[in-house]
Amino acid sequence: MKINRRHFLASGLIAAGGIVAAPSTARTGAEVSPDNVVLATLLDISKCIACGACVEACREVNGHKFPRPEKPFPIMYPAKVKVADWSERQDVDDRLTPYNWLYIQTAEGEYNGRSFELHIPRRCLHCQNPPCANLCPWGAAYKDSRGIVGINDEICLGGAKCKDVCPWHIPERQTGVGLYLKLAPSFAGNGVMYKCDRCRDRVAQGETPACIEVCPEGVQSIGPRDEILAQARELAARTGGFLYGDTQNGGTNTFYVSPVPFDVLNAAVEQGPGKPHLASVGNPFVKEELLARAVYAAPLIGVVAGVLHLVRGATSEDNNE
Amino acid sequence: MNSLTLVFRLTVFALAFTGFAQMPIFSRYYLADVPGFAWTADYYFNHVAHYILAIVLLAILGWRLPRILRRQSWSAMDVTVGLCWIGIVLTGIVRVMKNQPESYFSPTLVMWVDWGHLIFVVLLAPLALAHFMTRRARASARRLHNAK
Ligand code: HEM
Ligand code: HEM
Ligand code: SF4
Ligand code: SF4
Ligand code: SF4
Repeated sequence: MKINRRHFLASGLIAAGGIVAAPSTARTGAEVSPDNVVLATLLDISKCIACGACVEACREVNGHKFPRPEKPFPIMYPAKVKVADWSERQDVDDRLTPYNWLYIQTAEGEYNGRSFELHIPRRCLHCQNPPCANLCPWGAAYKDSRGIVGINDEICLGGAKCKDVCPWHIPERQTGVGLYLKLAPSFAGNGVMYKCDRCRDRVAQGETPACIEVCPEGVQSIGPRDEILAQARELAARTGGFLYGDTQNGGTNTFYVSPVPFDVLNAAVEQGPGKPHLASVGNPFVKEELLARAVYAAPLIGVVAGVLHLVRGATSEDNNE
Repeated sequence: MNSLTLVFRLTVFALAFTGFAQMPIFSRYYLADVPGFAWTADYYFNHVAHYILAIVLLAILGWRLPRILRRQSWSAMDVTVGLCWIGIVLTGIVRVMKNQPESYFSPTLVMWVDWGHLIFVVLLAPLALAHFMTRRARASARRLHNAK
């Protein structure tokens, strides 16, 4: 199986360096240590009553991670680089901000001749192959062994590339915090990016993310990805509902189940900065595996050709290295 | 300079360019605003371009490896430049592996591999230049000597 061979290659190389590399999605049901199990969440949006308890709980539980920017901010060049300051507006809760990692989006409209009003808790979806982490040029954004995608606030420079490459533009910037202040604050970086880390510290202690625990309606559930995905499919099939998140962006660890199709919801929700869409998103890395195979093969083919060439005594090629 | 060397140098230049395009600098510093240069701020485009260039580079390096290994005398500079290349290639390959859908590497490792890739690139640039200059100086000295 190609996946196994890749894991073998990868873990072999890293194990040689004595550093952990655990294949994460391969869960065999047997006693797998919990920190190796990729967790996913299911959100049954037909149940959400927009009480906002989850939003409140998220802010309370994660408040200690929120930015405490130093002011005045360094002057940044060129002048078109804008400050992103939410520190005076920490109570904004109708969109995503560095101080609000979860908000309730509302969709009202008509579908099949019946009117609907649905509420959708929105946050980072924790993609399986997250572009925000893959493309971070600084190793600050990461995917961990539980499938949580996070951003290391100690090293993030706030360049906001993760936000640009995320199809939902989830991470939000706060200026005036983080490592860039110690480097060249006027010329590179612009703070730190923040988003839902699926309560990483709580999950590490075996606890449930705050938003899930506090919900009076039991909108969300969390568990091993394959089980939760099966539940989501079953729920959608049983209720004639629709599923979002299973294949979006190449697959995520968040599954929304709705009685109304997502293209209808997408047209009905308010969108804009900090207010993500619900459109269908393809896999941005479709060619990734093909390219990787070529990357692994290229040096081998080169060496074989080079050796053959030498053995045949050719000397025409120059000798500068 | 034969044509393979030319291809090699162009590839290295293009790798450095698409590599630095991975940082959000070309949009900040107006390069992407120059007509015809909008692609310099397209992260997905530069990502794929960097991969394709890396494939070309690795094939050339592989081709040259047997020749490099046969070299008799290794100056300290040769060794340092060689180590930088090994560093760039290994960290680059680990980054590619890490970007595969089913792979998982610890966040700390990812950070160091990333920083490593950048550090080796930043080391190689001045070293390669110095290396090139000393070789040229030596080569012209030899030519002078032979002409006598
Ligand atoms: C030693 C070489 C360098 C290192 C290690 C380095 C490191 C980085 C990294 C990793 C980022 C990404 C920040 C992020 O995504 O948060 C970045 C961004 C940036 N770098 Fe560099 N860089 C180097 C050279 C340069 C040079 C030569 C310039 C230009 C004069 C530059 C200007 C910038 C700028 C403007 C940003 C973007 C900040 C933003 O968009 O807010 N860097 N740098
Ligand atoms: C002279 C050769 C090379 C130069 C100058 C170069 C330069 C860079 C730079 C400056 C970055 C952005 C900073 C960072 O992420 O650390 C980068 C990223 C990257 N490089 Fe290279 N690199 C070279 C060769 C390679 C090779 C041989 C490979 C693969 C085998 C590779 C794979 C990558 C990957 C995967 C990234 C992350 C960005 C992305 O996913 O597109 N690089 N490179
Ligand atoms: S939703 Fe966006 S921020 Fe969250 S993991 Fe996916 S790409 Fe990253
Ligand atoms: S999982 Fe945790 S961090 Fe994420 S939205 Fe819920 S409470 Fe907030
Ligand atoms: S706590 Fe539950 S019901 Fe209330 S807004 Fe959040 S998800 Fe909806």
